[in-house]
Amino acid sequence: MKAIIVGASSGLGAELARQMAGRGDRVAVIARREERLTELAQAHPELVIPVVHDVLDFEAVPELFQEICRRLDGLDAIIYCAGVMPAVGPDEFNFTKDASMIDVNFKGAVAWLNEAADRFQRVGHGTIVGIGSVAGERGRQAQPVYNASKAALKAYLEALRNRLSKHGVTVVTIKPGPLDTEMTAGLNMGGLMPVATAASLILRKMNRGNEHFLKFGHKVAFALIRNFPSALFRRLKI
Amino acid sequence: MKLSTDRLASVEGFGMLNRADGYVFRPTALEEIPEIFDLARKSGRRVVLRGAGRSYGDASIREEALVLDLRRMDRVLDWDPATGVLKAEAGVTIEKLWRTGLEDGWWPPVVSGTMFPTLAGALAMNIHGKNAFKVGPLGEHVLELQIWSPGRGFETLTPADPAFFEVISSAGLLAVIVGATVQMKRVSSGDLTVLPISQPNWKSQFDTFERFESEADYLVSWVDIFGHGKGAGRGLIHAAWYTEGEGEHPVSLRMDRQDLPDSTLGVPKSAVWRALKKFNRRSGMRFVNGAKYASSRILGNERPHPQSLVAFSFLLDYVPNWRLAYQPHGFVQYQTFVPKEHARQVFAEQVELQQREKSEAFLGVLKRHRPDRFLFSHAVDGYSLALDFRANEPEKLMRLCHKMNDLVLQAGGRFYFAKDSTLRPSDVQSYLGAETLSRFKARKQEMDPEGLLTSALAERVGLT
Repeated sequence: MKAIIVGASSGLGAELARQMAGRGDRVAVIARREERLTELAQAHPELVIPVVHDVLDFEAVPELFQEICRRLDGLDAIIYCAGVMPAVGPDEFNFTKDASMIDVNFKGAVAWLNEAADRFQRVGHGTIVGIGSVAGERGRQAQPVYNASKAALKAYLEALRNRLSKHGVTVVTIKPGPLDTEMTAGLNMGGLMPVATAASLILRKMNRGNEHFLKFGHKVAFALIRNFPSALFRRLKI
Repeated sequence: MKLSTDRLASVEGFGMLNRADGYVFRPTALEEIPEIFDLARKSGRRVVLRGAGRSYGDASIREEALVLDLRRMDRVLDWDPATGVLKAEAGVTIEKLWRTGLEDGWWPPVVSGTMFPTLAGALAMNIHGKNAFKVGPLGEHVLELQIWSPGRGFETLTPADPAFFEVISSAGLLAVIVGATVQMKRVSSGDLTVLPISQPNWKSQFDTFERFESEADYLVSWVDIFGHGKGAGRGLIHAAWYTEGEGEHPVSLRMDRQDLPDSTLGVPKSAVWRALKKFNRRSGMRFVNGAKYASSRILGNERPHPQSLVAFSFLLDYVPNWRLAYQPHGFVQYQTFVPKEHARQVFAEQVELQQREKSEAFLGVLKRHRPDRFLFSHAVDGYSLALDFRANEPEKLMRLCHKMNDLVLQAGGRFYFAKDSTLRPSDVQSYLGAETLSRFKARKQEMDPEGLLTSALAERVGLT
């Protein structure tokens, strides 16, 4: 398989790249931090292509995407992992922080996945994977814009799936719960899923075009949460 | 620079096993060809040449390459009914050749089993027909070849130029064939006299070929690959002769007398591949092959009969979309060429290997050949056996084909890029030999010094 992973310098993206290269896939890894990418490529220099890019540089994406496809000799899949979740206080409304989440978590995804969608619909095959979150299921008190960015990503991916499945393209939305990554390091959270587990689950699920939770418990819990009446939901401290 | 994604498409080999995504360009004027190569240079890509996409394997595809498809350049530029000399653009099909010439009493000197390949594609691969033993490959009937190459630009080659014998047969790796002047074959009737002769085994097959090779105009045999023991190699030879003496304007030369029927046994032909698909497994094909052999012993055996040139020549076109019967896995067409001294033994061993591994080809076709002087010639003074394998277990099939390749190489045999999916670099080095490969490299350096012309096949076998 030939794949692009956007947001691959740490966390889930880096682990996906490691596991894919480990099974023989050719992977272009994209992130801002060059030293992290170089480190990632060292284990499989013939399979991992490091590409330094800031996902906020939307204008650069079309040409860069095509150039990466050339360097990979084709493309079978793209996984958009880039995401940020700055700490937001319970009474804080900070546009700078909020805009960064919209830009990285959603606009960057649209910039990269639109390119992939255009390519895949023309060639009649390909897999698009977006890393959403259980946080995108409802608007919760703690993280209004993080929730909104993941909800937007979920709706966007659903629309891509509806557009592209007839062209032979698979669109997958992964909705992990909290993972043991740099993003959650300072949050003192329990029940974090190891990234290695999450990555291997994602690689198993990515040939089925649908939305996937990574834990059965999440699937059940969020079926209830999604349908919980709004008037009651706002009283809950979640 | 960014290429327009409007050009992006997935292109596949005719066997549907190999495909690649590329930027497809279909120019309508010659001056666009150098521009497309410039675009390849600027975007850091290479160019793969593609005709009608009838090569079975990966000869006309390459990931991320610019795919140059000249099918829109399909004019017959000059036709002389007095001499049978026809000048045409690259994208003219074999169908257009015969439709242009036949009513004036001329037939393409060499045709493939389907009429849809383009002239340039047919020359890049140097196709042969059922008359290969008598008239050689198509390249031997070309008077002039118009080409463009990155290193030398536009030029016309004749058989006096060494490059003529290298560009023809080079699988599109040296130059773009943009047109050709072909000497057609004089015929005085649109019908052939065809003699079917049922064959009980390999010995009979080869004895019959030897008996007819000096007198028949066409010779071809169907082989039942499921035949074993005393029946190994059983099949049905068709020998055919041009016919004479129907007067000055024979009605058989008219196109309406040549067109293939639109139904088979009352079934619309467009539906036949669906019926074939029902049998497209080992047990089904064992039955179909067995039934065909049984009927060959009774129906029309050894009784000469007239058959139109089109019906005899283009057997593959009888069932439109027949390849879809091999969906979803696709198929591998495998044809090897073995000198006559070893052919019987090598082909018998190939079939035994298939039977041992329960991977018999669903169709086998035996033909007679003679050597030619083209660079990547597939021909030998001997025979070829063409086999169609269902590719439902491609890795197992590849291992089987590699074993069969070894048998061919040990016997001094050759291979054919239009029908290849299995060759390794060492196989190609062995059968082409160091001298041919160094000739290729020298000519490549001259005509395509930047190595812009390529294909998945070329890279697979190390011809870069």
